[in-house]
Amino acid sequence: MASQDIIARSATTTAPSSIRHQEEVAKLIDTTKCIGCKACQVACSEWNELRDEVGHNHGTYDNPQDLSAETWTLMRFTEHETDEGNLEWLIRKDGCMHCAEPGCLKACPSPGAIIKHANGIVDFNQDHCIGCGYCITGCPFNIPRISQKDHKAYKCTLCSDRVSVGLEPACVKTCPTGAIVFGSKQDMKEHAAERIVDLKSRGFDNAGLYDPDGVGGTHVMYVLHHADTPRVYAGLPDQPIISPLVGLWKGVTKPLALLAMGAAVLAGFFHYVRVGPQRVEEDEHPSPPDTSVHVVDPAVHVYDPNRPGGQGEERP
Amino acid sequence: MNDKPIQRYNANERTNHWLVAILFIMAALSGLALFHPALYWLSHLFGGGPWTRILHPFMGVLMFVFFLGLVLRFWRANYFIANDRLWLKRIDRVMRNEEEGVPPIGKYNPGQKLLFWTLLLCMLVLLISGVVIWRAYFSSYFGIGSIRLATLLHALAAFVLVLSIIVHIYAGIWIKGSASAMLHGGVSRAWAKKHHELWYREVTGDKQPEPPINKKG
Repeated sequence: MASQDIIARSATTTAPSSIRHQEEVAKLIDTTKCIGCKACQVACSEWNELRDEVGHNHGTYDNPQDLSAETWTLMRFTEHETDEGNLEWLIRKDGCMHCAEPGCLKACPSPGAIIKHANGIVDFNQDHCIGCGYCITGCPFNIPRISQKDHKAYKCTLCSDRVSVGLEPACVKTCPTGAIVFGSKQDMKEHAAERIVDLKSRGFDNAGLYDPDGVGGTHVMYVLHHADTPRVYAGLPDQPIISPLVGLWKGVTKPLALLAMGAAVLAGFFHYVRVGPQRVEEDEHPSPPDTSVHVVDPAVHVYDPNRPGGQGEERP
Repeated sequence: MNDKPIQRYNANERTNHWLVAILFIMAALSGLALFHPALYWLSHLFGGGPWTRILHPFMGVLMFVFFLGLVLRFWRANYFIANDRLWLKRIDRVMRNEEEGVPPIGKYNPGQKLLFWTLLLCMLVLLISGVVIWRAYFSSYFGIGSIRLATLLHALAAFVLVLSIIVHIYAGIWIKGSASAMLHGGVSRAWAKKHHELWYREVTGDKQPEPPINKKG
């Protein structure tokens, strides 16, 4: 994508280019239509040339077990028992949510290593990534992973390379049930609304769209049967927000701290200018006391009984 | 009167101090590079962002190890004594270079002692939180909550440490003779008597009584 399309940039305090207007895009994942075939995982690894290590079966359908630097999307399977005692198999395609207010971008210390495009895609630029892992600290969804091979951070790019030439992301193209769709964010919301009406008519009273406000909305959204309890979908956060600890760490405190350090240096300088240094006089060779002058301690009064009047020594 | 200088720091103590100082400067500059975008250019001093990220924790750990050397050597001299309270009360006079009413103090003044304990606390927080956020080796053993807290504490402790060291460096510029004590080891008798009289009497065996300080003075 063109550099004019970058509307937010990590570790940058000036405004990035913002003259172009682009429609926001979104990927809508309908968990109610997903059959858990993992074609999206395969399409992702094919398009992005990723070959994760073959792992082991851990007793669930999740394979591999977790996201990694080489697995950018992952089906998470949950066996959920409803209040009525029915068993539901909930399957959620996990991956970067492409937040409107990305915690990773806020936390990143390297200028330009994380960028947000005008169409809403949040992308990592590994060329600028220093491998500190602050993006992991900032992310409310536990998505970025640092590769142990090159110590760079990786995550879903929403196929920004495909989207920039008018194609849909690879996972969308391959999904056999139409559970993943892609388009403008507005269109995706309308599509989701239709789906939710349908789901409600079929008894899923709590069906709804997951587009959480806490991160300014996301450019990957879910249709959930249980939108009242997103956490049942393998721990999807109910109210994702950038952690207040991260806010405190990366917020207004840092410029203030910088100011305080500068002020401390200035305070020292002006103390030196106004009060001046502390020097020890008569360094090294103290002059011997002058014995020719009789020094009188003003606190001592000499009383000479032989002198009339008996007064103390006259003092000047 | 004997006018031979008094030794304040021996060669090992001086070496140890300057090793900590050099490592502090390096750890601080590389840490500040990641602290705020305005200082990211400092990463070029270390060969770029990734090298800054790689080197910073090693410099920090080394600094802590050498700082422990200083702690073992000097912690006893940094116990607070009775006069310290009054000295701190009269800190405004100290700041104005006035000596009247400022009580005599030992090898270290209470400001130096506070600095010593603050540095120790900051270094401990930096070490522990630094291990937690050291991605390459340790972060995988900690949960995201601990990592977030550690990141915040690391920045906070580093901020306090940098401020303390700014004060420390300025004190060395302000009090003539103290920097050369750390460079060459010796101080003049007059210096010792003026700035650390109790220590001076202890070292020289000089029992000369001083007029008591009037608390109201």
